[in-house]
Amino acid sequence: MATTTVHSGPTELATKLDMYRSQVALRQFETRAYDLFLENLVKGTSHLSLGQEAIAAGFATAMKKDDWTFATYRGHAHTLARGVPMTPVLAELLGRSNGLMAGKGGSMHLTSVEHGVMGSYAIIGAHLPIACGAAWSAQYRGTDQVAVCFFGDGSTNIGSFHEALNFAAVWKLPVIFVCENNLWMEYTRTTEVTSVVHPAADRAVAYGLERIVVDGNDADAVYDVASTALARARAGEGPSMIEAMTYRHGGHSRADPGKYRPDEEVAEWFAKDPIPRYRARLLDEGASEEQLVAIEADVAAEVEVATEEAKAGGIPGEDLLMKDVWADGGSSWRN
Amino acid sequence: MAQLTFREAIARGIAQEMRRDESVVLLGEDIGAAGGVFKGTVGLLDEFGGVRVRDTPISEQAIVGAAMGAAMTGLRPIAEIMFSDFFAVCWDIVANEIAKSRYMTNGQMSFPLVIRSGNGGGLRFGAQHSQSVENWAMMIPGLKVVVPSNALDVIGLMAASIRDDDPVVFLEAKVLYSSKMDVPDGEIVDTLGSAKVLRTGSDATLVALGAMVPKALDAAQELAASGIDCTVVDVRSLVPLDTSTILREVGATGRMFTVEENPRLCGWGGELSSIVSEEIFYDLDGPIVRITTPHIPLPAADALEDMAIPSVERIVTTVTKSMNA
Repeated sequence: MATTTVHSGPTELATKLDMYRSQVALRQFETRAYDLFLENLVKGTSHLSLGQEAIAAGFATAMKKDDWTFATYRGHAHTLARGVPMTPVLAELLGRSNGLMAGKGGSMHLTSVEHGVMGSYAIIGAHLPIACGAAWSAQYRGTDQVAVCFFGDGSTNIGSFHEALNFAAVWKLPVIFVCENNLWMEYTRTTEVTSVVHPAADRAVAYGLERIVVDGNDADAVYDVASTALARARAGEGPSMIEAMTYRHGGHSRADPGKYRPDEEVAEWFAKDPIPRYRARLLDEGASEEQLVAIEADVAAEVEVATEEAKAGGIPGEDLLMKDVWADGGSSWRN
Repeated sequence: MAQLTFREAIARGIAQEMRRDESVVLLGEDIGAAGGVFKGTVGLLDEFGGVRVRDTPISEQAIVGAAMGAAMTGLRPIAEIMFSDFFAVCWDIVANEIAKSRYMTNGQMSFPLVIRSGNGGGLRFGAQHSQSVENWAMMIPGLKVVVPSNALDVIGLMAASIRDDDPVVFLEAKVLYSSKMDVPDGEIVDTLGSAKVLRTGSDATLVALGAMVPKALDAAQELAASGIDCTVVDVRSLVPLDTSTILREVGATGRMFTVEENPRLCGWGGELSSIVSEEIFYDLDGPIVRITTPHIPLPAADALEDMAIPSVERIVTTVTKSMNA
């Protein structure tokens, strides 16, 4: 696979350790979320990013606090990576009143405006034009904010993807489109239903954008392309499209064991698991085993606390049901 | 006081708000130098410049999506969807994203945006450029739906829609674009969710919307000549819906006739009929009657289109027949 791997990453080891911590947190959180499905405490559906953590962590580390994230229904990782605490996210999955949206959104719609997480969108491709709008707003108001929009390979074949790319390019918007190409569009191999090998990068060229493919299982490589694209956007040079190659460890959603994928392919990608890879690199670059173990233990404790706090959360009351359809806080449609 | 067309009133209402609020911006196809295909934005590019008045590609999802993203981050965008039929190609963003996101996020986000669109038939454009789609928008929780019937209301309701912190679908009856009326000078700001009683009678209440309002008024005049004295209510806003005015005016005459341009099924008159039946059934002196376009796509030929859309003659005949039954 023609994948560019450059991995200088952040210059400070401390930042790299933070990026490691972020990946470990996403991994441990979602592993716990999966266990809670099995206990039937998480209802409905849910889509995990296990195996894809380096993209969320790499980008979030490179972004400024007031930049914006637009995520998909596979959005737990992107939400947590921006600094949203674990407890409200887990409580949202459990449908509790201490959830991030008090249980009104659920797993697929995680949003935390105060952390710049401007929504998780569950209709394929819908958020690409919406991210353009946020970028337009930053451009109009003269802030240097950037909208970063994550989506899967399957989104590249829907109309809004193409509308958004052209629109962003023509208006020179400070938006970064990040395709997390995990090779499988739900249950179908993406290349079987797509006219080009790199569904995002190959199409980017048609909209006058650079063709960028990055190893999405290498947090440093992701951090580097993210930093370049963010600087470009802030300099008024317009949008970027980044295709990050990765692989989900599990199926598409909770209901999918992912058995359609060949064993050799799964094995190959588990060998490229971003977290052990990054751990080994940190040791090479001067981090101590004790430091890494301490991070892992600290995250594990955080997950335990979040689990207890989420489980202890209240059941949302009827008062919430009719609230917040309108900006006046209510839902009345008549007098 | 100046005589304004309905289309000039649109630009005036928008300009009034753009002068007082820098966060009001415009986007859509051909809205800049061309002034809009229906000439609803003439003069805005000259006054406010290309940074605030931006032409877009023919990309309806990008247009309403960009409006949503801009609204959630502090702007008050006004998006134009040229023909309301084209809502069908961006309905996901309107119905699934804009309408639901405030509720789903437990009130974290607001969407102070307006989507203007040319609506309805009468211009012989055929089935894909003539629909009355107010019922599409009305049935989605989270969308406000405003449908003015004259130039004065266009200005005031446009201002109110722009100032409102919720998303408003603002439907402009294409057949009314050239209608004229005297409009006072100075700032005009109206209220969403207020119906207007345009004429008071004692026998029956005609409840109409958009392009059907002038027809209902003409019909009321003819009916008066034959001894049927009608009240005419202009609904003006489907969401929020001014049920108190409508219930009061229907209760006063004991009869309700709705005049709707939308195809029959799930038109707003069906909802009103249900509200009237549930709440003031015992004040009624006879059946509620809905006068609508039949449940068909609109034909192009003028002779056929005129048969489909409620006409003054059909209103008069239907009301007379029902009142004399």
